[in-house]
Amino acid sequence: MHVASTVPAVELERVSFAYRGGPPALEDVSLTVEPGAFVAIAGPNGGGKTTLLRLVLGLERPRAGSVRVFGLPPGARAAPRVAYLAQRAQLASGTPVTVREIVEAGRLAVRGPLGPLRADDRRAVARAIDRVGLAQRAGSPLRSLSGGMQQRAFIARALAAEPALLALDEPTTGVDATAQESLARLLADLRQELGVTILYVSHEFGAVEHVVSRLVLVRGSVVFDGEPASLPAVWHDPSHVHRL
Amino acid sequence: MLELEFMRLAFAVGAVVGVLAPAVGFFLVERRQSLVGDGLGHVAFAGVATGYLLGVSPVLTALVFAVAGALAIEWLRAHGGAAGDQALALVFYTGIALGVVLVSSAGRLDVNLFEFLFGSILSVTWGDFWLVLALGLGSLAAIAILYRGLVGAVLDEEGTRVAGVRVGLLNTIVAVLAALTIGISMRVVGILLIAALMALPVLAAQRVAWSLRSTLGLAMGIGLGSVTCGLALSYYGDLAPGGTIVLLAAGAFVVAALAGALPRAR
Repeated sequence: MHVASTVPAVELERVSFAYRGGPPALEDVSLTVEPGAFVAIAGPNGGGKTTLLRLVLGLERPRAGSVRVFGLPPGARAAPRVAYLAQRAQLASGTPVTVREIVEAGRLAVRGPLGPLRADDRRAVARAIDRVGLAQRAGSPLRSLSGGMQQRAFIARALAAEPALLALDEPTTGVDATAQESLARLLADLRQELGVTILYVSHEFGAVEHVVSRLVLVRGSVVFDGEPASLPAVWHDPSHVHRL
Repeated sequence: MLELEFMRLAFAVGAVVGVLAPAVGFFLVERRQSLVGDGLGHVAFAGVATGYLLGVSPVLTALVFAVAGALAIEWLRAHGGAAGDQALALVFYTGIALGVVLVSSAGRLDVNLFEFLFGSILSVTWGDFWLVLALGLGSLAAIAILYRGLVGAVLDEEGTRVAGVRVGLLNTIVAVLAALTIGISMRVVGILLIAALMALPVLAAQRVAWSLRSTLGLAMGIGLGSVTCGLALSYYGDLAPGGTIVLLAAGAFVVAALAGALPRAR
């Protein structure tokens, strides 16, 4: 999972992007993320932070500029594995699905879609579930768990992929403050123990401000990039952060 | 009842369809595409009409049309800028309109056409049986092999794409499997009712299941039970088999919904 390399985990060079028929979502964005970094990408709704993440993941293609993930185009077969945790609301439907089934889906990145899981896959799934503290609930339906526990199940799915880069989009949506704190600690531990690079996108960064190594504010372009402690006080004012 | 060859054939073909239709329908329902089967059924109707017009097997032409319709829906959804229901509407209405025009051109608005619309399982032949068995087993094998990928795409399409899985190909495979299921199920429940056999057992299973695997297994069991019980009921009660089968599946949903609500009521 750990990538010992001097190649940046993520590298955006003068990237611009607009959705079809829409105004520019991002203009001339350059950003470099070193391997093993824990970076919070924050900004107002509509500011382009999720778009930035989607460009990194290869779900969108830039109109101009280039995107590299571990030195390769996003989605390249030879690239280190990337795990993506979309907004929880998009994942948790009314489907009866257990924690273990959710986490098993993470092994698609390792094993591909053909045939059943092997013994080592099952061990990796069990480890991932145990790592997020849900070993006792592995066979429970997801919908029977609290919002915070559901989010841990999705984190376990990402861990089962043994990723070099973990990308999370608004992971604390609908989760209470205690669970947000717990999630922040879990991610910090994962980064420290596994060396995984983490991109954490959220419209607010209070929950992870004390654990991230770097904060990037996006409003169509990068308007702040540095340590959270060096963020000007005015940016902590929610009305300032959320104003487009 | 089973001393009659046509009933043995009906049960054999019905068993394959009863298991296959919910197995394929499971992935459509979970992706909120329950009506895709209905849309493809209407495209298959145009295929039946074309078969009559050209003087070739209506089953064969229905299969070809349904597969083409499935590919068109998937392409429109993925590349055409049309939302899922818009893509379905385009193919759905084009199919039914084309079918009506072709049937009237062929002058075949008759009893034979109704057999395809409402099913005619008691008239299946050994040739039908072997075709259903081959395509049915092939489709079930494809689902078994691709199960993890198909489930991944159901749970989180973009996350699965990021994992390096070719989700577009998997979606196309599901659409083609749906088309094949409709093609081989026409003689059992008919074009107008096949979508119900794909969706209702899954909706029923969802109410009482505790996992994805149990949903799929229960749905296939409900589908099989609906077909076999429906055939027996229709034999002894002199009822239309297709409609009886679907009504039993609907009844299974009502029972499952009540059973699923019981724990919450306590």
